Amino acid sequence: MWFWRSDRSHESRIPEGLWVKCAGCKETLYHKELEHHLHVCPRCGFHHRIAARTRLGQLFDGGSYKELFSKIFSTDPLEFVDNKPYADRLQGLFERGLRDDAVVVALGRIGGVKAIVGAMEYGFMGGSMGSAVGEKLTRAIERSVKLRLPLVIVSCSGGARMQEGVLSLMQMAKISAALARLHKARLPYISVLTDPTTGGVTASYSMLGDINIGEPGALIGFAGPRVIEQTIRQKLPEGFQRSEFLLEHGLLDLVVPRRELKDTLARCLGLLL
Amino acid sequence: MAGTPTPPFLAPIEELRRQLQAAEERPDSASRAQAARLRRELERELRAVMSNLTPWQQCQLARHPERPYALDFIKGLFTDWVELHGDRGFGDDPAMVAGLARFDGEPVAVIGHQKGRDTRDRLYRNFGQPRPEGYRKALRILQLAEKFGRPVVSFVDTPGAFPGIDAEERGQAEAIAHNLRVMAALEVPIVVVVTGEGGSGGALGIGVGDRVLMMQHATYSVISPEGCAAILWKDQTQVPRAAEALRLTANHLKALGVADEIVPEPPGGAHLDPAQAIRSVGVVLRKALGELRKVRRDELPRRRQAKLRALGKYSER
Repeated sequence: MWFWRSDRSHESRIPEGLWVKCAGCKETLYHKELEHHLHVCPRCGFHHRIAARTRLGQLFDGGSYKELFSKIFSTDPLEFVDNKPYADRLQGLFERGLRDDAVVVALGRIGGVKAIVGAMEYGFMGGSMGSAVGEKLTRAIERSVKLRLPLVIVSCSGGARMQEGVLSLMQMAKISAALARLHKARLPYISVLTDPTTGGVTASYSMLGDINIGEPGALIGFAGPRVIEQTIRQKLPEGFQRSEFLLEHGLLDLVVPRRELKDTLARCLGLLL
Repeated sequence: MAGTPTPPFLAPIEELRRQLQAAEERPDSASRAQAARLRRELERELRAVMSNLTPWQQCQLARHPERPYALDFIKGLFTDWVELHGDRGFGDDPAMVAGLARFDGEPVAVIGHQKGRDTRDRLYRNFGQPRPEGYRKALRILQLAEKFGRPVVSFVDTPGAFPGIDAEERGQAEAIAHNLRVMAALEVPIVVVVTGEGGSGGALGIGVGDRVLMMQHATYSVISPEGCAAILWKDQTQVPRAAEALRLTANHLKALGVADEIVPEPPGGAHLDPAQAIRSVGVVLRKALGELRKVRRDELPRRRQAKLRALGKYSER
């Protein structure tokens, strides 16, 4: 679970696989039960963040899929140092077994429809997009074009990865250019936006789906809420930048609960292919 | 932010310029001698300051309130300028200008961020931070350019796309994303000139082109040094360190393959001689447009996309 990985105090106190506290209603839930409900709280409907492979397992038929481009990993082109050199940070993540950077790309069937899916991994530096994510997603799109398969990208990201500077920014253009080729090839692309999808990820491929689907309650926006608050020096309205808000403002086609996501994807792809 | 007063490191230069101007205005021979001395001193000071610029000082130069802005470049380099307004859906955004003009007699389309000069104008132009309707106006002109086969010149100078409630409600992210996809596939030449601040997605939203030219003291970054310092160190005294870490100067951008060419600026920066700076951009622009005119229409997006495809550094283990 994501909050165990990001918050180690939980890790030590609650053994994984037994009891978890819902981040929505604070109810204590049996982990198996939560997993059975696709990590959506059966009490309050809160959609917990899930790992990329958990997502892929939920979407593909029989939970089976073939991973693609899994050898691509970030480097440190700027020799970026904050409190710790970026190169060391990457090495540390790699050694902990996080070897997919912030996206896993896979090929499989969704309700019988063969498709390529890219699922972003929030557990890897907040799902941030650097050159590795850019390259993996670009290859995913190019493979879609080559095999004439539909594409699904499930976003879960704070945006461009600061540690790769302007090269991260350029991944927005690189991926969008690949999507232009997919567009020209008249192949369906469905974008699924989950909590959170912000910054350069939203301002490129996440908003470019033929169909854009949000998960309930997901934070989706260009600027982060804190940045907006600081700029305008006002409190933000309730529900601002949540999926339902975006649906209301015409920016999403659908808000779909996780348990219906697979069927909705299969139906939409079927209607477009 | 745009509109900050003269940065401290430029103060000695400003002072010398003031003294020089005063001396030049007096007709006596003693003042003439003094002016000659001040000119030499100014040159020396300019060389000293400019040869040792830190990345953070570069950022301050890029944001200098007297730098030429899009409309100055348009007035200086183009004829028959017709500014076009509105996104046909919501409104007109003064932080983005767009229109048609001639460059060396040839019709072209022009888009660009626009900052203001005085306080009122700065507010009117929202400090050069467009809202979605600005990006959608630019998109409309891009598509108009393609329809009529006109090359596009895009002037980039923004702290970023506006982070506000209204901008989010109208789909800031979607507006930028849509431009990226359209610009990647446009079948007319696009020349991008980063003239000041290349502020993240707000810059890139009109920044995808066949040639990306950067003025010598322009910057281009995924996040502002202030934003970066706030996130990484939660400390605004670390801004110069963030500016250094982000590798955002023209030289870095060229080394990273993002900028194709650096446009030299007058000694001390574009703000000291805007007319000269504008002419220098004209020279490089003329060359770029000349080369791109020879490329076949359908070949343009192929080459542009191949260039974008190569951006980024990763390993394959």
